[in-house]
Amino acid sequence: MADIDVKVASWKLVEVGRVVLIRSGPFEGKLAAIVEIVDHRRVLVDGPSTEEKKIVPRHVLPLSHATLTHFTIPQLPRAAGTGPVKKLWAKNEIDGKWAKSAFAQRTDRTERRKNLSDFERFKVLRLRKQARYEVQKSFAKVRAATKA
Amino acid sequence: MQSEPDYRQNHRNGGTYNAVDRGHASHLEFFSTPKFRPWSCRKISPTHIAHRRLTEYQVIGRHLPNEANPTPKLYRMRIFAPNTVVAKSRFWYFMAQLRKLKKANGEIVSLNVIEEKRPLKVKNFGIWIRYDSRSGTHNMYKEFREMSRTDAVEALYQDMAARHRSRFGSIHILKVVEIENNDSIRRPYIKQLLQKDLKFPLPHRAGGKVGKKIFAHSRPSTFA
Repeated sequence: MADIDVKVASWKLVEVGRVVLIRSGPFEGKLAAIVEIVDHRRVLVDGPSTEEKKIVPRHVLPLSHATLTHFTIPQLPRAAGTGPVKKLWAKNEIDGKWAKSAFAQRTDRTERRKNLSDFERFKVLRLRKQARYEVQKSFAKVRAATKA
Repeated sequence: MQSEPDYRQNHRNGGTYNAVDRGHASHLEFFSTPKFRPWSCRKISPTHIAHRRLTEYQVIGRHLPNEANPTPKLYRMRIFAPNTVVAKSRFWYFMAQLRKLKKANGEIVSLNVIEEKRPLKVKNFGIWIRYDSRSGTHNMYKEFREMSRTDAVEALYQDMAARHRSRFGSIHILKVVEIENNDSIRRPYIKQLLQKDLKFPLPHRAGGKVGKKIFAHSRPSTFA
């Protein structure tokens, strides 16, 4: 057989500086960075975002309540205080990177869709119909071209 | 965290045992001697109890003063208990074992909560205990990695209940020490957490909402 290239799976790791998404509890849906590993089930996190709404105070978070993100703060020293974490958080543009991620955009969209009024839902329906109509039209053109 | 300053005001005189209130002012000079260190003492409020399972109390007691000895020695203990009632009870339990002094001929002079100085720092604790198993009495040393002394002692009681089926009443906590030098950590289960640049994956995870419904139309993906 030909040469098989086996690649090592690139795991997201629990490590100091890893940014996690909190999935349950009072800070659900917010981001925080791992500051120190307490044990194999718990980490100390701190989320000093510049936006008031997104701040996560320093606390111990069970890893079962967290999802690891792809982002890390590489230079973060172990057990750094909130001040240095805040500086590095801003320097690494964690909030901006997160807002651009597919997950964040999807959750934003579902959140927005959930809070639409009846008329807005109607507008969405009409717009989706129009978009669909355009797509079908171009498809029909392609189909006609292949037949001929 | 935020409510703390408020309730200090509300409960400034509520639920505290104060030597002055109880007429022991003559022994207050003891508190100014270099022997006495107030640690980080705080007054007790009933709301405090609901937050955690255990609290660390400082209990000071003494023999009742009499003509033979108008100024009896004060004895101080740091006791981990779910509430003040249990803390006082444990004080008398230990006191009777150590000295010829019991509740009938003694009194509690003061009782305060000892707060953790840095509750946002991860620390390693060594705990020495003595516990009565079904067949005998044993001494033990265990290590815990927690944020506070009370957390470590709570973890100890859980651990002892799980591994040895021992209850609160059959465990004596002899000493709780924060281990600041990582080289003096003895137990491998704590040592492994102290290695440089520790990192590990979470390889097998059940997804958030997948597991919540009783039936699923597809098997959950547990990979990464």
